[in-house]
Amino acid sequence: MMTDLTDLGVAAIRDGVAKGDFTAVEVAEAFNANVAAAAALNAFIVTTPEKAVEAAQATDARRAAGQPLGKMGGVPIGMKDLFATRGVQTTAASHILEGFVPEYESTVSQNLWNAGAGMLGKLNLDQFAMGSSNETSYFGNVISPWRRSDGGNAALAPGGSSGGSSTAVAARLAPAATGTDTGGSIRQPAAFTGISGIKPTYGRCSRWGIVAFASSLDQAGPMARDVRDCAIMLEAMAGFDPKDATSLDMPVPAWEAGLSGDLKGKKVGVPAEYRMDGMDADVAASWDQGIAWLKDAGAEIVEISLPHTKYALPAYYIIAPAEASSNLARYDGVRYGLRELPAKESGGGAGLQDMYAATRAAGFGAEVKRRILIGTYVLSAGFYDAYYTQAQKVRTLIAQDFKNAFTRCDVILAPTAPTAAFGLGEKSDDPLAMYLNDVFAVPASLAGLPAMSVPAGLNREGLPLGLQIIGKAFDEQGVLNAGLAIEQRAQFSARPERWW
Amino acid sequence: MSNYRIHGATGEWEVVIGLEVHAQVTSKSKLFSGAATQFGAGPNTQVSLVDAAMPGMLPVPNRECVRQAVRTGMAVGAQINKWSRFDRKNYFYADLPQGYQISQLYHPIVGEGAIEVVLDEKDPEGSTKTIGIERIHIEQDAGKLMHDQHPTMSYVDLNRSGVALMEIVSRPDMRSPAEAGAYVAKLRQILRYVGSCDGNMDQGSMRADVNVSVRKPGEPFGTRTETKNVNSVRFVMAVVESEARRQVDLIEDGGTVVQETRLYDPDRNETRSMRSKEDAHDYRYFPDPDLLPLELDDAFIEECKASLPELPDAKRHRYESAMGLSAYNAGVLTADVEVARQFEELLSAVAAKASKSEADLAKRVANWLLSERPGLLGAHGLSADHPKNTLEANIAIVVATESGQISGSKAKELFEAWLIGDTDLAAEIEANKQTSDTGAIEAAVDAILAANQDKVAEYKGGKENLFGFFVGQTMKAMQGKGNPQLVNQVLKQRLG
Repeated sequence: MMTDLTDLGVAAIRDGVAKGDFTAVEVAEAFNANVAAAAALNAFIVTTPEKAVEAAQATDARRAAGQPLGKMGGVPIGMKDLFATRGVQTTAASHILEGFVPEYESTVSQNLWNAGAGMLGKLNLDQFAMGSSNETSYFGNVISPWRRSDGGNAALAPGGSSGGSSTAVAARLAPAATGTDTGGSIRQPAAFTGISGIKPTYGRCSRWGIVAFASSLDQAGPMARDVRDCAIMLEAMAGFDPKDATSLDMPVPAWEAGLSGDLKGKKVGVPAEYRMDGMDADVAASWDQGIAWLKDAGAEIVEISLPHTKYALPAYYIIAPAEASSNLARYDGVRYGLRELPAKESGGGAGLQDMYAATRAAGFGAEVKRRILIGTYVLSAGFYDAYYTQAQKVRTLIAQDFKNAFTRCDVILAPTAPTAAFGLGEKSDDPLAMYLNDVFAVPASLAGLPAMSVPAGLNREGLPLGLQIIGKAFDEQGVLNAGLAIEQRAQFSARPERWW
Repeated sequence: MSNYRIHGATGEWEVVIGLEVHAQVTSKSKLFSGAATQFGAGPNTQVSLVDAAMPGMLPVPNRECVRQAVRTGMAVGAQINKWSRFDRKNYFYADLPQGYQISQLYHPIVGEGAIEVVLDEKDPEGSTKTIGIERIHIEQDAGKLMHDQHPTMSYVDLNRSGVALMEIVSRPDMRSPAEAGAYVAKLRQILRYVGSCDGNMDQGSMRADVNVSVRKPGEPFGTRTETKNVNSVRFVMAVVESEARRQVDLIEDGGTVVQETRLYDPDRNETRSMRSKEDAHDYRYFPDPDLLPLELDDAFIEECKASLPELPDAKRHRYESAMGLSAYNAGVLTADVEVARQFEELLSAVAAKASKSEADLAKRVANWLLSERPGLLGAHGLSADHPKNTLEANIAIVVATESGQISGSKAKELFEAWLIGDTDLAAEIEANKQTSDTGAIEAAVDAILAANQDKVAEYKGGKENLFGFFVGQTMKAMQGKGNPQLVNQVLKQRLG
């Protein structure tokens, strides 16, 4: 009797295909079937079952020919629709790029295909990766597979911006998915849906071919069921890319081979400033539990201070929109994507300015427009120094905070998000409340540090909570190992009951 | 100091000029992409995904463009900034695919320098003036809009989009149209020497934004206007003249100059307003987050320094002091790098063949290049790049003259025949080699004197200008092959 293949993660699929326990095509078809049956979750913008099968056939053929299968051989994955995929629509969940089919493949997705992975489809996300609940997509909300245990069936947010990715992995539509993280967009959705996700050091994964949100912060990373799967997939995604001037020219370590949950001799920092007034009791309890687990794994716990933490969120919401306002200027209706040519009252044709205004008004959603306006404002003459320059100074101070802290510890443990998943619509009218969701995630983004979220347990409503590990620059291994130590002790096995 | 003044109704006005010169960097590929930069290619045939600003595309700096900017900075004696940074200049226009131009506002790659200009090019020893350079930075060019291709639509050609430019910003140190013209010409000369820009102003490889203001001498600077994209030295001078005049007239009529961007109309020789400061863009400059700061190491800077050629001023001085050329000839030969290159190439080849030193031959070669050859080419309306005006032909003709094989006038005759006919130059030189055989010359002279007894008597009677007649007759008899010095010698001896 065969196990349900969609219960398997990356390592199990890779190893099972290699051993011949099942074929890659069987795996692809099983996941394709789950994807097809999960339209209610709205996790995908387009599905590409034929691509998944094609890649699987190639893997099976390689195996038959006795050739090596690659780090992701036989593993079908979901691709966040922020990555350009040759011949497959790439939208960033926006109307302005609806119907845009790139002639090129992003470096990260190409790396994954080269490693033997196949594509199940393009995953929904917050529009241009701007959002924390996946409610800003032009293609509709993604619905979390999780429900509160109160018996109600309120639709919950899967987190954002990688909400399609988190939902797909949590609902067994994919064993793993790509995410991107600008200010928590991998970690927060992973925490909301009971899965693992890592944002590596800035520069580990090439940004070439990823639709840009905020260039100095954007980083791709894997989202998967467990730490090992994240390590495997990150190895496949990462690597120096001469086409990205900010890419790290360093070898990719063998993270999977280096996994160890034994933290003897390691010091774990617990930042005082993250313990905020009025903190959610369940989140606080799960953090304490995490501290105990890491102690149990042999680590020494040290209190640390990150004094500029409270300025991180405001600085982030200046820097990220500033960069976005410029990065999104290219969507102007001239060369590709949506073009609106409004009729003029005078009867004449639309001029260039009319086309810009109409195209961008129709093509961008409200949240994207809000951030473009904020970004334009903070860069304007007379405001630049007060906002942008000041925010950059804060960014430097935050990076220095971490540097100081890491003289006393090896990794930092904190909650991933201030609460468990909230209901769709609960915060969509209050952007500030929504932005506060990123409060624990943003500091590591500003400092460019590797950080991951792993499931720690359920809150009193039966919803997953995540714990965040932040590491030194380039020390993804330390982060993964601490994540593994938690994973081994949390024994997180809860999964959403299938209702879709 | 310039004493150029505009004479207005209220007295004399001084003009203050500063120039921002945009020079296209000589490089096979663009500043941040691998696309080609060749001039004249079909529309949109030299456009990469980066140049078209496709989603997710990223700029990667082209090392060669950086190198050229550094070498240019060194050539104007400027400070090279080992740490510089790229900024984005944000504005919307259809020829700007990214919606921003990558430039360097806050931390340019090259800091302060200066160049010395000669105010009268016919008098290189005359008065000179030092014009300060404030900075040089590198930036992307935009594409080109074409409005004449379709009745209701505009077309965009992105071939230029992303091409590397150097923006060379002068101090407001110029005080006359002549100084502005001399500055642009000198800058162009230096760029061409360095090889960092081809200086082709008619192809848009070099263009200037001309900042002009006027003031009563001794008063603070007036409000300036900026006339964009002026593409010849002559037009730069014309802009200064007409714009200064316009400002003086405006002020004297009770108006005020507004800070604005203007365009030059060469057909009407006037500038007109493009946009004023009020509707000027807020470019929202900020550091480009796709790019790391540009850090230059010592080895790179040393390599740039080592690769610099001899610069025009140094070359001109060397031509005068080491080769004994006149200041004028030295100036003309060094005015353009290509002319200097041809001169040195010809000089060294001739010196090698004639086994003489370059210093001995320099005057002769300069004379050939600057006077004799241009006369021949000009007489037939030929340009210097005529296919028969080859290096080999020039070497052959100058060597033949220099070694006394043919006379200077014979050389011109043979070269002219070679240029316009189908003669074999080497064979002609061989056939026309002049003789230094004293016996043959004496025989010829004696025959001429014998046949012209009457003229000999007249000569001896005091009609000394008949000497030329005897020379001519002898040369004619010898079919031009007699060595003129020897002919003269023998004649003097026989008649004396």
